[in-house]
Amino acid sequence: MLDKALVGNRSYWGWLLCLLVLIAVGGLCYLRQLQEGLGITGLSRDVSWGLYIGQFTFFVGVAASAVMVVLPYYLHDVKAFGKITLLGEFLAVAAVVMCMLFILVDMGQPSRVLNVLLHPTPHSLMFWDMLSLSGYLLINLVAGWVMLQTEATGLPAPGWIKPLVLLSIPWAISIHTVTAFLYSGLAGRSLWFTAVLAPRFLASAFASGPALLILLCLLLRRCTSFDAGREAIGKLATIVTYALAANLFLLGVELFTAFYSGMPEHLESFTLLFSGGGLAPLMWLALAAALAAFAILLVPRWRGNEKLLATAAIMIFGSLWAEKGIGLIVGGFDPSPLGRVSAYTPTFPEVAIVAAIWATGALLVTLCYKILVAVRAAD
Amino acid sequence: MNDRWLILGGLGLFLLLVTWPLWQGLAAGTTSAGPQLPKAKAGTVCVAPVDWMRSSHMELLMAWRDGKVRRQERTYLGSNGTSYAVSLSATCLNQCHGGDQEKFCSRCHAYAGVPAPDCWRCHVAPVRTAALAAGGAQ
Amino acid sequence: MKLTRKNFLRLAVGGAIAACSGALTRTVRGQGLVGTQPQTDDGVRFGMVIDLQKCRREAGCSLCRQACHQAHNVPEIPDPQHAVKWIWNEPAAKVFPAAGESFSARTLPEQLPILCNHCQHPACVRVCPTQATWKRGDGVVMMDYHRCIGCRYCMAACPYGSRSFNFEDPRPYLLKPNPDFPTRTIGVVEKCNFCEERLAAGKGPACAAACPQGALVFGDLSDSASAPRQLLEGRFAIQRRPELGCGPSIFYLV
Repeated sequence: MLDKALVGNRSYWGWLLCLLVLIAVGGLCYLRQLQEGLGITGLSRDVSWGLYIGQFTFFVGVAASAVMVVLPYYLHDVKAFGKITLLGEFLAVAAVVMCMLFILVDMGQPSRVLNVLLHPTPHSLMFWDMLSLSGYLLINLVAGWVMLQTEATGLPAPGWIKPLVLLSIPWAISIHTVTAFLYSGLAGRSLWFTAVLAPRFLASAFASGPALLILLCLLLRRCTSFDAGREAIGKLATIVTYALAANLFLLGVELFTAFYSGMPEHLESFTLLFSGGGLAPLMWLALAAALAAFAILLVPRWRGNEKLLATAAIMIFGSLWAEKGIGLIVGGFDPSPLGRVSAYTPTFPEVAIVAAIWATGALLVTLCYKILVAVRAAD
Repeated sequence: MNDRWLILGGLGLFLLLVTWPLWQGLAAGTTSAGPQLPKAKAGTVCVAPVDWMRSSHMELLMAWRDGKVRRQERTYLGSNGTSYAVSLSATCLNQCHGGDQEKFCSRCHAYAGVPAPDCWRCHVAPVRTAALAAGGAQ
Repeated sequence: MKLTRKNFLRLAVGGAIAACSGALTRTVRGQGLVGTQPQTDDGVRFGMVIDLQKCRREAGCSLCRQACHQAHNVPEIPDPQHAVKWIWNEPAAKVFPAAGESFSARTLPEQLPILCNHCQHPACVRVCPTQATWKRGDGVVMMDYHRCIGCRYCMAACPYGSRSFNFEDPRPYLLKPNPDFPTRTIGVVEKCNFCEERLAAGKGPACAAACPQGALVFGDLSDSASAPRQLLEGRFAIQRRPELGCGPSIFYLV
């Protein structure tokens, strides 16, 4: 089946070439980082996690969101999603691979990564995160691939595949919960130290992931013979609407607690995030985009208009990327335990490495979707 | 059979690449003679039999490392009944093996083609301390 | 059952899963979920009392810092964002932000020394995924630079900012290297080790030894006759952010 990825027109190969160039540039920058250390990034003593870990956090959400097509199809028999469950699963595979790469490039001593397995430490959330992420990758890879094979051969799916897919549902919830626990269990970081972090992570995941899926479906219809169908896209839009509402609500809950109680620590990080710090313009832009997109989604007539829907999906993806992939992680370090506020500006090599990992994810999605489209076209 | 020259050429290129290290070695005039290591200081006895140390010194070093850092095992009772202070640079290197890792560790590792572990990125051989101060790492 | 390729793969995968889950249950059973307790408790809790009336009698004094950084090959990196610190001075208002607005703020000196608190329930130990940092039976929170993978989770967890990461190779920044102590390499986290190498030789920490005023008093906090306990008996002392539950072992006498 893999051979189907090797047949394509000029624009397909051109796209792959672009991605490979990005990967090569990022790879070279990573070699420099290995040589000279993380000093070549914008990270510092005070802001010790930045773009890498922020992107990791965001893409765990994208990975978890596959559950939003799998769950309705398998538990509620939503037939419209039959054609796109595989899109969701392959997107999850690519996103988890990206997450693992983001963790790896963030490590100071990546050659020692296996120490996590050699000295397993159940009291560290990172240990559980590693287990849940690799398990989720395996489940989605196996489920996606076997289902694709049954489509290609026309044979019935093996009996164990359904329990496996059902297992992926709680597992998806768990990966993002554990990722939130990485942060919300730290008493000293007031921006993260909130019980509502895990629910907020899930809400933003179930908005950003399906928003990306909508965009991918629209793109596939433009570029290939694959049509997800209006109904499926419409249902995805409904899911995004609810999830975005939940996310905005949870953000409001956080802001209320911080500002009404007036507890200096909680107040300080939110004030810095939205007014004092360097991230403030980005945060306001993200908030405005989320509100505007929410307005579009609320009106059924606008939501049904594919151009408007695509605009809203882009705004949501970008807004949540800024909120979670940058604001939440970098903002959590301001102010530092010693009350310092430091600016964090990613450097060129850092951005190039991040771009290379994005390109790797895009490459995986392209190859998987290419095979899928070819298999479906052959039927 | 239009591809004959392509195939033969490819095979030739493959052979050349595979045997490349051989040609490189010949050109550099490498011999199989091992490096002459500095003799251990007179009157010192190694912590374990020489043959075992040749094959398994890294096992001992790792055991020393974990024992000292994690379990506060600071002395080691050698096979000969003598006790030694657990220390890479003070005991192994300075007390017995000439005081310079370049002469003792690195040359042999290079000869055997075994990548040297990164002990010396942190540990300091006393003879090299002065070089560190001058800003020259390693 | 005929050993076809499919069956072989099934067996292999099943075996691998069984082996992994076996190892997992073993470690989970052996560790407990909130693992900040030392595996063996020696009944000793090393700690330090810093007498703020004696400390900083001379403005600009940093003898403790110099002694410590010299003894442990701590580099002097000019870029403050890449700096590595084991013990250093910070403004009192930043160290004790809660005391910042009080009208008795002048009871604190302007600057005071801070170091790793060697907590009773260290957050860094709880989060470290490889046990590269752990708490010894005598209360010293240790770092194993051989095992650290440089994930910096401990830096995010430590509420005191006591940990430094080696963003650059520290060696070019050593002024006078000490041959008796290793340096560090890029990509690992480091911090004060309470001079465990001196404790093993029966000596107290270098910072305490270097203070001409004797403002830093080191000893066993669980022994009511020890010097730090004697000091704590008679005077009011504060810890940094005790409300977080970490249980710092560094006390500041006001």
